[in-house]
Amino acid sequence: MEALWLSMKLAACVAAILLLIGMPVAYWLAYSNWRGKFLLESLVALPLVLPPTVLGFYALVAMGPRGPLGKLWIALFGHGLAFTFGGLILASVLYSFPFAVQPLIASFEGVDRKLLDASAVLGAGGLRTFWQVILPLSLPGVVTAAVLSFAHTLGEFGVVLMVGGNLAGVTRTVSIDIYDHVQSLEYGAANRMALVLLAISFAVLSVVYAVNRRVWTPWPAK
Amino acid sequence: MAGEVNAPLLTARIRKERRSAGASSFVLDVRIEVSPGITILFGASGAGKSTLLDCIAGLARPDEGRIAAGGDVLFDSARRINVPAPERRIAYVFQSLALFPHLNAEENVSYGLMDLREEERQKRVEAILKAFRVEKLRKQRPGQISGGEKQRIALARSLVTEPRVLLLDEPLTGLDAELKAGIMGDLREWNTAKGIPILYVTHSREEVDALGERVIALENGIVVSAGAPMDVLDAPRRKKLAQAAGFENLLSATVLDLREADGVMRVRLGESACEIEVPLGYAAAGSRVQVAIRAGDILLATERPHGLSARNVMEGRIISLEQRGTMVIARVDCGVTFVVHVTPGAVRALELTAGRRVWLVLKTHSCHLVE
Repeated sequence: MEALWLSMKLAACVAAILLLIGMPVAYWLAYSNWRGKFLLESLVALPLVLPPTVLGFYALVAMGPRGPLGKLWIALFGHGLAFTFGGLILASVLYSFPFAVQPLIASFEGVDRKLLDASAVLGAGGLRTFWQVILPLSLPGVVTAAVLSFAHTLGEFGVVLMVGGNLAGVTRTVSIDIYDHVQSLEYGAANRMALVLLAISFAVLSVVYAVNRRVWTPWPAK
Repeated sequence: MAGEVNAPLLTARIRKERRSAGASSFVLDVRIEVSPGITILFGASGAGKSTLLDCIAGLARPDEGRIAAGGDVLFDSARRINVPAPERRIAYVFQSLALFPHLNAEENVSYGLMDLREEERQKRVEAILKAFRVEKLRKQRPGQISGGEKQRIALARSLVTEPRVLLLDEPLTGLDAELKAGIMGDLREWNTAKGIPILYVTHSREEVDALGERVIALENGIVVSAGAPMDVLDAPRRKKLAQAAGFENLLSATVLDLREADGVMRVRLGESACEIEVPLGYAAAGSRVQVAIRAGDILLATERPHGLSARNVMEGRIISLEQRGTMVIARVDCGVTFVVHVTPGAVRALELTAGRRVWLVLKTHSCHLVE
């Protein structure tokens, strides 16, 4: 159960950080008219197609004592980033980035532009328009982004193994725990964990679909 | 307008090109002046009405020009001034109304008042909801409110901020005449106290007739005519409109001299010696203009008339007479050929025949300058 707790903690941290970083990025991608925007869009979507081990490998190299990130981290905190919970968070944020940003872009783009114009002529600047119009109307997208990045982080394996290794209580997450149990032929224990993950995944997807079908919404549909 | 220096006037000179795939596909090039009260901006869809409003509100940026309201410059390409939309204090009601769906009527209306203290805000919201008769709906969301009432709330939301100009982009389309009249009545009532310029966009002639004090007609990005509804819709300034509106005589002419004090100018028709007096237009002596005259506005006499107020009397000869229904179409050669409509009774009484010498009489203001 230690592994499950660790996974939950990791997923919650990653989801929170991704919402924070994802919103400005998604806002920019949704509303910018810059011609080179597609480059950033590709970069954001990259983790979708990249094998987790490739991403994990480069993350590990960057975090290592000779990597730029590792050096910086050692200078700041006195210890390395690889094989720590912090390193795990960083790699997971990269890995789950598109799962947070893409639902946000989609919902920001879905907000009627005329409402933004109306907000502007009523005297509201960009920030106020974001908080009072775009964000409330994008709530399903925000929930989707949070839930998907949480679920995606919960189930990751390749990146975690590369960057975190397998340290009990520090970097041994659920999926690695399951792998361990199977390696040791403890199928019963593996099954219990796997069932928990299955249940969580189903619950999470149900939330996503329910929110996006507007089974319940904070305001009645038009 | 020269005498009303302090009037909260809106003036705009705007040039904006819209490009598609690199080529310029549409050019808006206008100069308008909107005084307090309702001015109708009339034109077919695609004439550039919404682009013009967007430029005034600050939602679109003109390539070139100057926009000023009530003495403040909002945009000036030469001086690199471009006041952002939130700071322009120009209210804008869109065709879609754009009420915030997640806020109730009261919250929608107070959206533009965030800088005010709570009590002041309450007071203003209260007053405007009452002025537009929607105080009962304050806790309802737009999704629960009917069409006409949504329009009222959108107006209230725009006007509660005490803007210096109000732009309305076909906000009342889809409402029946009675509802429309009720809302416009309340808007006029509100504006008797405030006296701000209101620019009302429509493509419907009915609305022009119902609302218009002044009309600006826009076509393909340019102002083709401006003035009182009757003048704008009846006095064609462009060849296309002239033909469409049934001006049988469309003559090219050369300007001889301008008599500004009298508000007229003399022109020579075609290459003939025939000279007539027409209303003063934007033209210089020597320039070419087009004159449009309705066949029914020309009088025909068999003797040289005298003691007339009409300034234009031309001698000519009937080329042909052709009966069409209850009307006879006479072609008269005065150096240029005129088409004149007369009744069959007049033809009999005056014994009109081809080849007969006649005089044509034409009032100055029956001559319309085209472009």
